[in-house]
Amino acid sequence: MKLFRGSSGGADAATPPVAQKLTRRSSGLGELSRFWDSEMPMCVLDLGSTSPANIRFFTEGSHKIYSEDLLVASTEPSLVTKDEQGNVVLDSRQFLAENLVYPAAQFDVVLCWNLPDYLDESLVRPVMGRLWSILKPGGMLLAFFHTKDAGPDSPCYRFHIVGKDMLEMQRIVLKREARRGPTGAVHTAITEGFRLQRVFNNRHIETLFRDFASIKFFLARDNVREVLVVR
Amino acid sequence: MSAPLTSDLAQIGKSVVIKGELSGSEDLYVDGQVEGSISLKNNSLTVGPNGSVKATVEAKGIVVQGKLEGNVQASDRVELRKSAVVTGDISTQRISIEEGAYLKGKVDIQGKSEKAAGK
Repeated sequence: MKLFRGSSGGADAATPPVAQKLTRRSSGLGELSRFWDSEMPMCVLDLGSTSPANIRFFTEGSHKIYSEDLLVASTEPSLVTKDEQGNVVLDSRQFLAENLVYPAAQFDVVLCWNLPDYLDESLVRPVMGRLWSILKPGGMLLAFFHTKDAGPDSPCYRFHIVGKDMLEMQRIVLKREARRGPTGAVHTAITEGFRLQRVFNNRHIETLFRDFASIKFFLARDNVREVLVVR
Repeated sequence: MSAPLTSDLAQIGKSVVIKGELSGSEDLYVDGQVEGSISLKNNSLTVGPNGSVKATVEAKGIVVQGKLEGNVQASDRVELRKSAVVTGDISTQRISIEEGAYLKGKVDIQGKSEKAAGK
């Protein structure tokens, strides 16, 4: 696993990028779409930035959608603590006490998007464990992982569903203003955008999802692997 | 941003703090703090950009520009403006969400027949 630490202090970091919207075909989403084409209402958890397009997509199909932006939640300042070695980490227990609080086996589908690549190291495994427990047996999780060619400044995107197997990717732009989070705290990390934390190889991905029943990889042209796992 | 001044609109200004049950038969604009419950069955609630509502809300229409924490039930529509920060489940017939709005919770779109059946 390639880890990225520290912050990028280059000239590019000081220049707010222009908001980009790109479209890409998603094989994983296409595979999932067979589920929501069925008559049965599904319960979907979207872990990306709040997306009007995704909410519209699922509610028009009579499905229930839950939205929870875990990357924003992970910037809550009160989560910062130190481990036994004195390293600065995020308190995963507190994080899971405040986020992903759902009954076991609640969801048919979890849309993880690129969360594992950008989430703080101390939260990745606890979050994946919680996601396993709130997925129904047979439920599916879709996640995207960068390949080894990605650098630490690979942009973090929001994902909007615009078709059965089509996504619109919107770059999360640098913001000049800090934003209030759900607790009223000011999330200063948002002003700096999110940095790629690491690159998982296939073995690391398999280890990350080892509690799941099956895992399927889809390779894409844009240095991203899509992963669809079934609980 | 100020609320439109009409005779049928009650306003809670940004320096006002209310704790308890709020109910009424006119539209309500909240730019202050409200904690408890709000029931406006045939009218609309607007949470202004400075507003902070920590309450269960039942109204015909709900527009959020500020912060709202609590479950929300609208018999007609919910609008989350770009500055909205909403934590709670939303049940409504129609919803519009502007780019930039933050939502942590469920969106449940109910048809008129479901509403009538009380589902």
